[in-house]
Amino acid sequence: MLVTLPPLAWIALFLFAPYCLLFCYSFWSLSEFQQILHHFTLANYAHLFTNPLYLTVILRSLRIAFSVVLLSLLIGYPLAFFLAFHAGRHRVLLYQAVIIPLWVSYLVRAYAWKVIFGNEGVLNTLLLWSHAASHPLSFLLYSPFAVIVTLTHIYVPFVVLPVVASLEKIPRELLESSSDLGARPWQTFLRVILPLSLPGVVSGATFALLLSFGDFLAPLLLGGPSSVMIANIVANLFGADYNWPLGAAVAVVILVIVIAILSVTQRIERRERFA
Amino acid sequence: MLESISLSIDRGEFLTLLGESGSGKTTLLRIIAGFEQPTSGQIFLERQRLDNLPPHRRPVHTVFQSYALFPHMNIFDNVAYGLRVRGVPKAETKSRVGTALAKVRMETFAAHYPRQISGGQKQRVALARALVNRPKVLLLDEPLSALDANLRVEMQSELKELQRELGITFLFVTHDQSEALAISDRVVLLHRGRIEQCGSPREIYARPRSVYVATFLGKSNLLQGTVRRGMADCGIFTVPVRCSDGPALFSLRPEAIGPPSADADGLVQFRAQVVAEQFHGANTLFSLRCANDVELTARIAGPLHSGGMMNFAFRAEDCVPLESTEKD
Repeated sequence: MLVTLPPLAWIALFLFAPYCLLFCYSFWSLSEFQQILHHFTLANYAHLFTNPLYLTVILRSLRIAFSVVLLSLLIGYPLAFFLAFHAGRHRVLLYQAVIIPLWVSYLVRAYAWKVIFGNEGVLNTLLLWSHAASHPLSFLLYSPFAVIVTLTHIYVPFVVLPVVASLEKIPRELLESSSDLGARPWQTFLRVILPLSLPGVVSGATFALLLSFGDFLAPLLLGGPSSVMIANIVANLFGADYNWPLGAAVAVVILVIVIAILSVTQRIERRERFA
Repeated sequence: MLESISLSIDRGEFLTLLGESGSGKTTLLRIIAGFEQPTSGQIFLERQRLDNLPPHRRPVHTVFQSYALFPHMNIFDNVAYGLRVRGVPKAETKSRVGTALAKVRMETFAAHYPRQISGGQKQRVALARALVNRPKVLLLDEPLSALDANLRVEMQSELKELQRELGITFLFVTHDQSEALAISDRVVLLHRGRIEQCGSPREIYARPRSVYVATFLGKSNLLQGTVRRGMADCGIFTVPVRCSDGPALFSLRPEAIGPPSADADGLVQFRAQVVAEQFHGANTLFSLRCANDVELTARIAGPLHSGGMMNFAFRAEDCVPLESTEKD
């Protein structure tokens, strides 16, 4: 009992209490003189759901997050598959190559894409030099595209690691047994490997989805006005706009969406976990 | 792991590869299944060459030691797997899976998942999953070793019966010599990647060719002797044998030794004293000390009046000359 007390106190003080406070703020309002009025009101939520701006941004954030998940899976699954089944003696090296970028600051990696995508960046210079393009491609930077590429780069390891773990957990006799029973390699993949690796896929996808849904640095650094995400709105409301009640309401909506996504993925994971 | 192996298996035979761990029995099975590649040599099944085919194109199926049932499929889907990947029509799949499950008495478990059934039941499902595809040869890799003793004996006779009924060639791998003797038409005893001896259970037990076979398959008395003109002199007795002159080693099974009977024709007699006994229920193991301090073990059903020198006897043909190989 005593051992669990400090962590519980920590969670209560620094996680639960702030959430409660946030929840309270979302029902308060702002006076004309930018003072917080501690009266219960649903005005923040009413504003949020009637102003199309917020819904648009939330939907865009979800769209970007799902694109990141899709891309991360397309890149991460084959990589994880190779790592788990074919890497042989290069396994450890390759595994580290996946993990090491996690130790590099997020900012550095985001700036790296700025260097690559900029008007005078690596990619455009290369395109101009090779005459593949007559003028710098401007859609590369400050666009949803740049945000998606950056977030994918950052969250691929979060997909690779759980997928590798779930692939490695598959007993090799199952693969031999499948082939023994007459399944071609692709049939073994579709009928045995893929279904048994789903728990890893779901948990990796959940990581990538939630982390990119709530991201605000990538859109800030590489995004431009067309790719503002919901976390940027929250940051602005709590910062420059100084509208904490509205910011809190947006944050609560984000929280509800995250919890909804989590409960769905957890249900899938529980159903897919066998033996 | 494997030295050169040359083995031909008859159609419909129940053949057992017997050996200790590391003898190469599982390697041989995996080579036939296609999970491992031989560095040289060929495998044929009814004139069709197997060793250059991938596992999924070989008409042989394996029952794995761990059963290897697919945990995400129910019993029906597990058994239907081989038929589905081959594109067998749905209706046929359904009836064949039903028949296969009925054959192993698991038809009421079709909707269960592997984690919901016992080891013995998994064993049956694994068997049904392989047999439903009508393999020409069924490979069984120590399929009974995970079961407890009673269930194991029950499954042995079930397997044997199933094999006889289906007429499919069974290639069975085990390290358990009594299991091998009980279940097989023919036993191949492997040792250090070589075939040590091959023959029917009775033959291989009664006429071991080497010290290894004699001691690996049950108990045996090993006797040093000298052969001169067809008679082996083992110190306490002389036995007529069929082998060349010179020093030789003989195997005499404990159960070949008994009290002398009235009909002494072809019996070799000797005198010994009972120095210890070990009761085993169905029979008793007696330690006998002969005049020149040679100790022998005899397995005799009834009790003996111990004390003093007594007469014992065995049939001359039960004293089997062994090939001179190093003892290990």
